[in-house]
Amino acid sequence: MSDAVSPLNGAKYEGFVTVKAMGLQGMITFRGDLSAAKVKKAVKTVAGTDMPGQRECHMSGDTGVAWMSPDELLIFVPYADVDAKLDELHKALEGQHFLAVNVSDARAMFHLEGNGAREVIAKLSPVDMSPNAFGPGEIRRTRLAQIPAAFWMPDTTSVQIVCFRSVAEYGFNLLKTAAEPGSEVGMFA
Amino acid sequence: MLILTCPCCGVAGEETEFAAGGEAHLKRFGPGSDDDQFHDYLFMKENPKGVHLERWRHANGCGKWFLAARNTVTMEVYGTYAAQTYEPPKEIKDKISAKVPGWSWREFS
Ligand SMILES: [Zn+2]
Repeated sequence: MSDAVSPLNGAKYEGFVTVKAMGLQGMITFRGDLSAAKVKKAVKTVAGTDMPGQRECHMSGDTGVAWMSPDELLIFVPYADVDAKLDELHKALEGQHFLAVNVSDARAMFHLEGNGAREVIAKLSPVDMSPNAFGPGEIRRTRLAQIPAAFWMPDTTSVQIVCFRSVAEYGFNLLKTAAEPGSEVGMFA
Repeated sequence: MLILTCPCCGVAGEETEFAAGGEAHLKRFGPGSDDDQFHDYLFMKENPKGVHLERWRHANGCGKWFLAARNTVTMEVYGTYAAQTYEPPKEIKDKISAKVPGWSWREFS
């Protein structure tokens, strides 16, 4: 068996916030009719949380579900459980029109921790990061400089980011640069 | 810089989050059409100074297509609406009329 490792294998940077490349995380891309009762039920069983509304993100630890578009979800499960959870989805939704794919190894995930976490994102994305415009419970799909990315806030001083694995290093370098000590703007302080 | 509100995910994003997709409400002419129709479909695009209806995609976002009504001179965005429509909704037409009385764009006015 090959030994699966996350893209940057736990790389870490201490800037005015801590930037961490996270370990393996199970992720399932789900497409289907999100208003269908069967789909709601199946997602709840697999992700352990209710169907999120528009741009909502229901996370607890390494499980949860994020609203990606009117017909798309990103389901988070422990890395080791992905295949079992996919089987569960396929059984529960047999006969329904839907698609569920394991994308765990096609994504990279980063974690920002510290009071300046909002600011690091604000430097890289065209998103209003002020606390009254964005906060925990929401997910935002956008870009980080030149790459597509999505992020949410587990709490008010941390941000979790997912992007494609192929651009993991670019993403990590961006976050490092934006978090460089001495480059604080103090916009949201 | 344009600020567009994606009707699919509700995000009010700035221009760089979106990709422009050319003219809206195109009538496609393919197999079975004559050469003139096919030529016009391919090449005769609207390029107005003023009110314009366009297709946009929320490329760095939810990924969906939608339509937008805007002004190419003032850069004002009158509104965005679903791609699954044959003409701009009444409230958007009314908004344009309030700002640009007597406007017209192809068969719409
Ligand atoms: Zn959108």
